[in-house]
Amino acid sequence: MSHIEHTLAALKEKFGEAVEQVVEFRGETTVWLRKDAVADALRFLKESPALRYTFLAALTAYDDWPESPRFKVIYQLRNMATMTSLRVKCAVRGDEPELPTVTDIHLNANWHEREVYDMFGIRFAGHPDLRRILMPADWEGHPLRKDYPLGYEEVEFTFNFDEIEKKKPYAKE
Amino acid sequence: MTAEAEHHLLETTLDELKHLFSPRAAAGETMVLNMGPQHPSTHGVLRLIVELDGEIIVNAVPDIGYLHTGVEKNMEAKTFLKALVMTDRLDYLNNMGNTLTYCLAIEKLMDVRVPPRAQILRVLLAELQRLGSHLVWLGTHTTDIASQSILFYAFRERERIMDIFEMVGGQRMMTSYFRPGGVWRDVPAGFEEAVRDFVNNYLPPKLDDYHSLLDNNPIWLDRTKGIGVIDAENALAWCLTGASLRGSGVNFDVRKAMPYSGYEAYEFDVPLGQNGDVYDRYRCRMEEFRQSIRIINQALAKLAKTKGPVITDDRKVAPPPRSELGRSMEAVIHHFKLWTEGFSAPPGDVYAATESPRGELGVYLVGNGGPKPHRVYWRTPSFVNLQALPVLSKGHYVADVVGIIGSIDIVLGDTDR
Repeated sequence: MSHIEHTLAALKEKFGEAVEQVVEFRGETTVWLRKDAVADALRFLKESPALRYTFLAALTAYDDWPESPRFKVIYQLRNMATMTSLRVKCAVRGDEPELPTVTDIHLNANWHEREVYDMFGIRFAGHPDLRRILMPADWEGHPLRKDYPLGYEEVEFTFNFDEIEKKKPYAKE
Repeated sequence: MTAEAEHHLLETTLDELKHLFSPRAAAGETMVLNMGPQHPSTHGVLRLIVELDGEIIVNAVPDIGYLHTGVEKNMEAKTFLKALVMTDRLDYLNNMGNTLTYCLAIEKLMDVRVPPRAQILRVLLAELQRLGSHLVWLGTHTTDIASQSILFYAFRERERIMDIFEMVGGQRMMTSYFRPGGVWRDVPAGFEEAVRDFVNNYLPPKLDDYHSLLDNNPIWLDRTKGIGVIDAENALAWCLTGASLRGSGVNFDVRKAMPYSGYEAYEFDVPLGQNGDVYDRYRCRMEEFRQSIRIINQALAKLAKTKGPVITDDRKVAPPPRSELGRSMEAVIHHFKLWTEGFSAPPGDVYAATESPRGELGVYLVGNGGPKPHRVYWRTPSFVNLQALPVLSKGHYVADVVGIIGSIDIVLGDTDR
């Protein structure tokens, strides 16, 4: 039995119905977990001596708006001895965008979770320092949400220069 | 803004950050000092808030985002091919590597095969890019803490690499030479000679010069040995990658661990450090120069033996050759469809990773059946490695912070995306 098969069997045995789905695509394995089981599962995957998914390569999310549940959060895990990769995925509803933090399991999740909060507005309960990380602290909205419009700058010509100048957000004399 | 409002804003901002510093800072025993974002030796717009006890660092809090350009959001609004040109602009010292990672992700998602000659060209150019990036790292790192001259030498050497890139892609930095399914076009005549001359005749003596300038330089040794130490266990816990991890003696290199573009067919060693300090990270990168040269020489030998196409003949992904457009209606249709609508990727998600000069560079790509990516996430090594900066710099002098930043070799375009 390969490492990944062993992992899936162990996960199903330990978490039962919380394992919603297992997807194989292009040689990569994704396990869909219920939201309340994610933190426990990540701890189990890291600390179980037979599994050892100690390396959190990436943590991110994407938005499926207007579908529901709209957010999907992704944890890209790796066993550093066998180089087995496993993706854990979990659906988060738009009306209560909250997940438990995994910063106590994976140290580097700190900035990743801040980024997901900044970009998608998903809150991580128990995070020690949940501030915006890439956008300015007083920014409104969460840019990577699909209902957040992509902004642009109007091209300035002599005929519309004053008009655009008026709309610019910076302080004027 | 009135003075009162300004004061209020300052108070609330500081309140939000209070938990990051020790209670001694509030009592006035230690000093909280701002460093950056406009600081010559933070390698771009990195801001650090450091708490100091005298000259000793109690805590350092990186503040990033000054170079955030919303590349991920922008890529979602463009077709796969149009988004490609934005990848060059992320990590501006690893342009080829960024494009390569993005192409690998697309190829995985679309299940496209890359012809052998293109694979070799990709390896060759990615390694040249590594040389170029390491040269800039060496120049800026040494300027920060010991000697100014190497910066000028390193940029002189890097210029030769830029010339080679201009030769193949028509551009010095933003080449966009790698395309989904292969590379843009075959390399011009004289390319192989230029590369061979550079890596075998030009660069090795210069590397010896750097070694002789630094290896026995007491200032350099003083400023690097025993500074910014992180042990293997901690480095792995923070998920460091690249030379920042290998300096602590952990053998992890994406090229060996999860080979891509045919790296499994090349012979090279992964240099490892022992102590995990600034000096060991320096030794690792210096040795990586030699290993890259080894790989490039093997790639040149393979290139001479491997002829054939440089891009896939899957016309749904790669455009037909120009010569076909004049006589084939099919080719015209493919060309038109590719440059207007683009190709559609199946629903699904993939993760592809490469070894960038800084560590593991990953792309997580989600397709939704349409011609635009549903989500492109860049797992950038600088972002992850920079997170360990407080751990690395605690207990050292404030002057050593610049050395530590240099040793984890961050690029702010990579961090902020």
